[in-house]
Amino acid sequence: MKKLVLASLFSTLLTAPALQAADYVIDTQGAHAFIQFKVSHLGYSWLHGRFNTFSGTFSYDAANLAASKIQLEIDTKSVDSNHAERDKHLRSADFLNVDKHGKASFVSSKVVPKEGENFDLIGNFTFNGVTKEITIAAAKTGEGKDPWGGYRAGFEGKTSINLSDYGIKNILGPVSETVYLDLVVEGVRK
Amino acid sequence: MANHLQQSTHQTQSSPQVRYHWVSVLLHWLMALVIFGLFGVGFWMVDLTYYSAWYKTAPHYHKSVGIVLALLLLVRIGVLLKKGKPAALSSHSKIVQRASKATHVLLYLLLFFIVVSGYLISTADNRGIEVFNWFVLPGFGEFFPQQADRAGWVHKWLAYSLIALAVLHALGALKHHFIDKDATLKRMGWSMTTATKSTNPTKEPS
Repeated sequence: MKKLVLASLFSTLLTAPALQAADYVIDTQGAHAFIQFKVSHLGYSWLHGRFNTFSGTFSYDAANLAASKIQLEIDTKSVDSNHAERDKHLRSADFLNVDKHGKASFVSSKVVPKEGENFDLIGNFTFNGVTKEITIAAAKTGEGKDPWGGYRAGFEGKTSINLSDYGIKNILGPVSETVYLDLVVEGVRK
Repeated sequence: MANHLQQSTHQTQSSPQVRYHWVSVLLHWLMALVIFGLFGVGFWMVDLTYYSAWYKTAPHYHKSVGIVLALLLLVRIGVLLKKGKPAALSSHSKIVQRASKATHVLLYLLLFFIVVSGYLISTADNRGIEVFNWFVLPGFGEFFPQQADRAGWVHKWLAYSLIALAVLHALGALKHHFIDKDATLKRMGWSMTTATKSTNPTKEPS
């Protein structure tokens, strides 16, 4: 698999002309991508957690940002808040309901360029079996050749969702209704 | 059932053990109380709301008492191995003897695996279990993927099984005591004399 990825990487590198819409695989293999969340704890502090398993691809063209696309699939079973008992509760029907909906996904539909490297990423977020349009405030963090013969582009994004919008009965109190999502995505050009 | 009556004469050879050792008796009743208590608390605590005053304390006590129960179980098995147990009453049919033996073994096994699965839920992330703030039982992390979830499932269903079997066990004891009027239950009682006196059944089992 790794060899295959490398082989296809090399072949595209040799043939694809630079500075054109290019397809990227999110570097989950090397864990250079993160889907993190935070939610208020009692209104006094934050609880941070992340999803360890996800995958995705994007296409990105610096010259035509609006044509960029991304799709992500998250394995909700992989929730990790650094506490096994809490993660068990998070996976239960009280929250993520992973036995019924083990996957969450985001598929972009529109990119709205803004100032500088910033843009709004609009798309459908499917979570707990409910699909809703969300906007991710995103920005490119950088791109260029990596030291190992590849080409990488990195982005970050922030958004928030309300639990009740996705059919999750909030048992943590109104202060914990909103979940803030923090995405860090580094792609390796195919 | 002449065959069983014959056996009872064989039994009265070299002062056979007619009752459980007093430590076994003490542990039996204490553990019965603790087990039903733990089951009740466990059943109730999993549905506590986040803002309940018991949300953190109930699981803490459930775990602490559970670990103490595990220690009691070890002592009880030790006493059983060292001091033995009374032979099955000769008035009991072979089927009854086998069924009660199987029930006892199964009760011990269920108890053991409930304790183990409970431990595996709480220690899946290397955290130890604080036992009454006396000491921390160390955790050894994840032995298999999704450990907390899987162990939780096992813990729950084995607990239901244990309670069902314990109820059956109690009903059996009561049947022997009130219907068959034999010494089965008395051997697990306090009085030394009653147990010895009633070894010979007053009534033949049906």
